Amino acid sequence: MADVLVLADVADGSVGKPSLELLTLAARLGTPVAVVIGVASSDVVEKLGQFGASAIVTCDDAELTSSVGAGVVTLLASLVSSRSPVAVLLASSAEGKEIAGRLAVRLDAGVLTDAVDVVAADGGGIVVEQSVFGGSTVVHARSTRGVPIITLRPNSVTPVEAPVSPEVSVVTISQYAEGAAPRYAKVVSRAPVASGGRPGLTEAAVVVAGGRGVGSAENFALVEELADALGGAVGASRAATDAGWYPHTTQVGQTGVTVAPQLYIACGISGAIQHRAGMQTAKTIVAINKDAEAPIFELADFGVVGDLHVVLPQLIAEIRSRQS
Amino acid sequence: MRIVACVKQVPDTFSEKRLDPADQTLDRGAADGVIDELDTYAVEEALRLKESHEDSTVVVLTMGPASAADTLRKALTMGADEAVHVVDDALHGSDALATSLVLAKAIEHVGYDLVVLGSESTDARMGVIAAMLAERLGVPQATLAGKVGIDGSTLRVQRVTAAGQADVEAELPAVVSVLEKINEPRYPSFKGIMAAKSKPTTTLSLADLGIDPAAVGLAAAATVVVDSTVRPPRGDRTIVTDDGSAGVQIADFLVDQKLL
Repeated sequence: MADVLVLADVADGSVGKPSLELLTLAARLGTPVAVVIGVASSDVVEKLGQFGASAIVTCDDAELTSSVGAGVVTLLASLVSSRSPVAVLLASSAEGKEIAGRLAVRLDAGVLTDAVDVVAADGGGIVVEQSVFGGSTVVHARSTRGVPIITLRPNSVTPVEAPVSPEVSVVTISQYAEGAAPRYAKVVSRAPVASGGRPGLTEAAVVVAGGRGVGSAENFALVEELADALGGAVGASRAATDAGWYPHTTQVGQTGVTVAPQLYIACGISGAIQHRAGMQTAKTIVAINKDAEAPIFELADFGVVGDLHVVLPQLIAEIRSRQS
Repeated sequence: MRIVACVKQVPDTFSEKRLDPADQTLDRGAADGVIDELDTYAVEEALRLKESHEDSTVVVLTMGPASAADTLRKALTMGADEAVHVVDDALHGSDALATSLVLAKAIEHVGYDLVVLGSESTDARMGVIAAMLAERLGVPQATLAGKVGIDGSTLRVQRVTAAGQADVEAELPAVVSVLEKINEPRYPSFKGIMAAKSKPTTTLSLADLGIDPAAVGLAAAATVVVDSTVRPPRGDRTIVTDDGSAGVQIADFLVDQKLL
């Protein structure tokens, strides 16, 4: 079987769940080959192997790790030419999509972003399912030129273990650089995000989000407490971020982050179209709002017309007692 | 310094969007077209850089149908100096590869030290065009900026992603994309609205840019939509009014759904 290249996301020496999802999809299409930027520790190799990476290619050149976009694209383009994969899969993060876009230009190949499913089509080729316009429309698309470059939205598939012993190779960018190096922007310092122990918003299985009804920055502690009880991430509506109650980076919606968790709990969020565009593909939606006419109830699998300041403490206590 | 700010006409953020069943492209007739809100941050950032650097010019660029001229007018009323509109019937249905090709040719045609874009469009939401432009132009990609500064010919950007923040440096010319809320876009003043009427707007065709019409548009796209369906509304909804036990009821529901 032909290779499928997967750009793995390794941060702080651990492999992110979106990368495991990519490996699971890659196995449907061919032989998964993981590309790791930086050094792959034995833990990383073991984890990638556990989820089916039959080969791992790593590159730790400073030129690659410190450049924005350009270096990784050069590496991937060269691997495409040496390994002739049937597809290149990346996570649908902002960085993943940028790399996918540049690679598509470099290779003059089709790029499909925000896939929620990828299948090998009858009679050859790969069909990608995308959820567009904030989840209101489902699209099937395929690439018609070059190697398909696909970015996958987190929480789209359940990672499946398929243990193998990966063959690890280390490459240097100079092996791959053709002609003059591209001009690139250089990273001079990095400050990783302080997660507060919570999962990332886009990859969390549970997202608890607060809106105007939360009422103040201080009251967001209640939203955080519920998220922590469920092991989830905290999001916010635009009304809440515009009011300065919670950081803009947590804004779920048309102009912010798109999430598709197993469970989304909307607290004091009316559910304007701008917000729905970022969360309506969540598998299960629970909404708590004082206003029985709030459009969020059109989406809710379970809705409570009530005061979140009363309902949330009871819900948190109930979750804690059932967990213990 | 010559700054090119790219803008896109999109369906109003607060409208329902849909695909045209005939060719699976965006149905532009289904909603009002407006300047993409995320691009207004790019225009504002370009204007601020112009105001803090002598002898600077802001050129606002769009590719789109004739109606997209409205987005250019909006940017001119905000304070941009010139507008460039790439319009050609052959562009209908262009994918990201073709769009980036046309924009790159137009940017080279116009001349630039810095290109500024929004972080993504609110309709397609691919978030690839800025990176594609850096690749096509062969210049540094300083994208997803929460802060932009220029010191001589050195560009400094605070790049913000889900992974954290990074301080990034590059030599001009370069491509920047800016995040929502990097600034507060100004409202056009009466003076700005009046002044916009006399600012130059250039219309460019594919021929003007030396692009073969066969290289763009729906027929040249490297990806094709096979089918599309509008998602049906959710069924089986339960809505209750809190009688003092709603917290317990939600917990019961979560247990039923095997979420707890």
